[in-house]
Amino acid sequence: MTQGQYVAAAYGAVFVFVLVYVAIIAAKLSRLQRETAELLELVRSRERLGRPPDYAAPVRGSSEGAMGTE
Amino acid sequence: MGVLRVRRYGVDLTSTSIRSLPGLAALAAGLMGLALVLALIVVAEDQDQGVSQRIFYIHVPIALTAYFCFGLGAWKALRLLWLGEERYDLESYVAIHQGTIFGALTLITGSIWAKASWGHWWLWSEDQLVLFLVLFLFYCAYFMLRFSLQEGSRRARSSAVYALFGVVLIPVSFLAIRLAENLIHPTVFTREGPQMAGSMFATFCIAWAAVTLLAYVLYRVELAGKRLDSDLRDLREALQ
Repeated sequence: MTQGQYVAAAYGAVFVFVLVYVAIIAAKLSRLQRETAELLELVRSRERLGRPPDYAAPVRGSSEGAMGTE
Repeated sequence: MGVLRVRRYGVDLTSTSIRSLPGLAALAAGLMGLALVLALIVVAEDQDQGVSQRIFYIHVPIALTAYFCFGLGAWKALRLLWLGEERYDLESYVAIHQGTIFGALTLITGSIWAKASWGHWWLWSEDQLVLFLVLFLFYCAYFMLRFSLQEGSRRARSSAVYALFGVVLIPVSFLAIRLAENLIHPTVFTREGPQMAGSMFATFCIAWAAVTLLAYVLYRVELAGKRLDSDLRDLREALQ
C-alpha cells in the first residue's frame, strides 16, 4: 500500500464508523416512532370503546416532569 | 382524569436543548468538512513523515475526544454518587459509550498511521499504545459489568464506582508518552509549545473542534434517544 492509501484508509475508517453510528441511531428512531404509534393506537382504541384511558400508577416516576392528560 | 407521570428523566422534545441539535449538527458537519479540506489539501506536507503525517489531524483529535468522553463519564458518575440523581447514570453511560467508540477509532487510525510510518500495525514495546489499549479495554469491561446487573440503583452505583476508577488511567495514558524511554511515538506538544508550523497547528485546532463538536452532538442525540426510549417504556407500562 502507498502512504496515500494509508491516509485514505484512516479517514475512511472514521467516515464508516460515523456512518454506521448514524444508521444505528436512525434505526432506533424508527423503532421509537413505531412504538409511539402503537401506544397512540392503544389509547385511541380504548377511547373508541367508550371508556377513558385507565392510567396506572407511575412505575418509576419522578417529580421531574409530568404529562397532563386532561 | 388523572395526570400520567411517565417522564423518568424529564426529556422534553420541545425544549431548546433538543431544538438546538440540528444547528449544532450542521455546524459540526461544516467544521468537519473544513477540517478535511485543510488537512488533506491545503496544509503543507510534513518533511519527515510525508503524506502519512496527515493522519495526525484526525488521529490526535479523536484520541483527545476519547479521553474527554471518559473523563465526562467519570464526572457524571461522581455527580451520581454525590447527588444521587438518577439522570447522571444515563449521562455517564452515554459519555463512556461515546468514549469507547472514539477509543476504538483512536486504535484503528493509530494502527494505520503506525503501519504507514513505522512499518508495524502495533508495537507492544510502546507504553503509550499499550496504556491506551488498557484504558479502552477497561471501559469495554464497564459494559460487561453494567449489563450483568439488574437495572436499578445498585447497577447505577456499581457502574459509577467503576467509571470513577477508570479515570485514573486517563492521565497515566496521556502522560505515558512523556514518561516513556522508548520514543518511537512522536511527541508534538512539548513545554516549548507545539512543534509544528502555524498552519499545521491551526488545522489541528479546527479538526479538534470539529471532532469534539461531532462527539457532543452524537452524545446529545444518543442521550435523547435513550431517555425517550425509557419514557416510552414507562408509558407502555402505565397504559397496560
